[in-house]
Amino acid sequence: MDTNNNLTELFKKYEQELLTDWIKEQLAVIPLHENLLTEFEVKQDTTDFYNAFQLAIQGGELVDIKGAHWEKTLQLLDNITKSRTRLGFTPTETATFIFSLKQPLFTLIQKEFGRDVNTPGKELWAATVLLDKLGLYTAESYIKTKEEIIRRQQNEMLELSTPVVKVWDKILALPLIGTLDSIRTQVVMETLLQEIVRTESSVAIIDITGVPTVDTLVAQHLMKTVSAARLMGAECIISGIRPQIAQSMVHLGVTFSDITTRATLADAIRHAFAQTGVKVSRASRQV
Amino acid sequence: MDNIMDRIPILKMGQFLLVTIQVDMYDRLAMALQDDLTTKIVEHNSKGVLIDISSLEMVDSFIGRMLGSVASMSRMLDAVTVVVGMQPAVAITMVELGLSLSGVRTALNVEQGMSVLNGLVAHEVEGADYDSEE
Repeated sequence: MDTNNNLTELFKKYEQELLTDWIKEQLAVIPLHENLLTEFEVKQDTTDFYNAFQLAIQGGELVDIKGAHWEKTLQLLDNITKSRTRLGFTPTETATFIFSLKQPLFTLIQKEFGRDVNTPGKELWAATVLLDKLGLYTAESYIKTKEEIIRRQQNEMLELSTPVVKVWDKILALPLIGTLDSIRTQVVMETLLQEIVRTESSVAIIDITGVPTVDTLVAQHLMKTVSAARLMGAECIISGIRPQIAQSMVHLGVTFSDITTRATLADAIRHAFAQTGVKVSRASRQV
Repeated sequence: MDNIMDRIPILKMGQFLLVTIQVDMYDRLAMALQDDLTTKIVEHNSKGVLIDISSLEMVDSFIGRMLGSVASMSRMLDAVTVVVGMQPAVAITMVELGLSLSGVRTALNVEQGMSVLNGLVAHEVEGADYDSEE
């Protein structure tokens, strides 16, 4: 308790010195990205946080930062971290916000309690534990923000990735681009089947020119889609199989033997025309 | 249970049989259908069976297998089975259950299913002529 009081007093007494030194430390370490983070913003963030921080430690709790006293401070820290993460700061640069308080604080503790042999050790330990916890919180918050960004981008990709194109009367095409995973395949399958019902198409072409690699899992997903379409009464053609993919698939033991496959989308469309009884001829050119 | 309600009507259309499943299938209904259908195929000497499942919203493994076995039974009795109008969700479920109904012909709707049947039967007759000429 004494240690806590000592620290609380210290933060209050030397507010100006600590703040100045802390900001100076930060500015030395954080590269001020052009137009991203100004010196003014650093000062603003630091002062805001310092005020909230002081309020929190006055509650007397310096060990457990999960308590109610800390809620506001952590929220503020969260916001600061989030905005810096979005600006493209590295984890180190983000965590520096907290860790750069260490040096000014330790110097101050040494100066203030240095006379007593026992005290500085205790104070230093308490301060280290506290700042480390806050630093780790920053790291967690950083990762959480990054994960949010990844999740949002995944969703955006999912929406982008499933255009079902009507090529001709009763012929649909589905150009697939990017890696196929289970979730994407599910979406692709559902969209394709719904479109088959809606347009009453009897042939669907799945073009995998844009799929970089086809492994056994992707092949299985494709076969499931083809089987489902067949169950509904539509024939599926897989096209856009590149030479390398044909090789690697046969090596993997996937031969697509009961599925119609074509090398290019044009071949697939020709096959689909034959299936639906469409004849295409070149118009004779007028001389 | 009411006996009259426990039957799915089987309509005879020329040399084909038309089965339209309008209610949710349960096991006993499926068994009754198998029974009736095989009897009718023999009775009318039908060449084709068209099963319309466009109103079927749900399938379990039993019903899925039933569709497959109905097809096998019909084939044994020299009738072709065409399953028409399967809903996307049902198709996905069937595939996930590992039931791809490999011996069954499929079509998008009754109209297309009928033309498939007509085509198959016509083909068969042609084939027979060819055989006899040989």
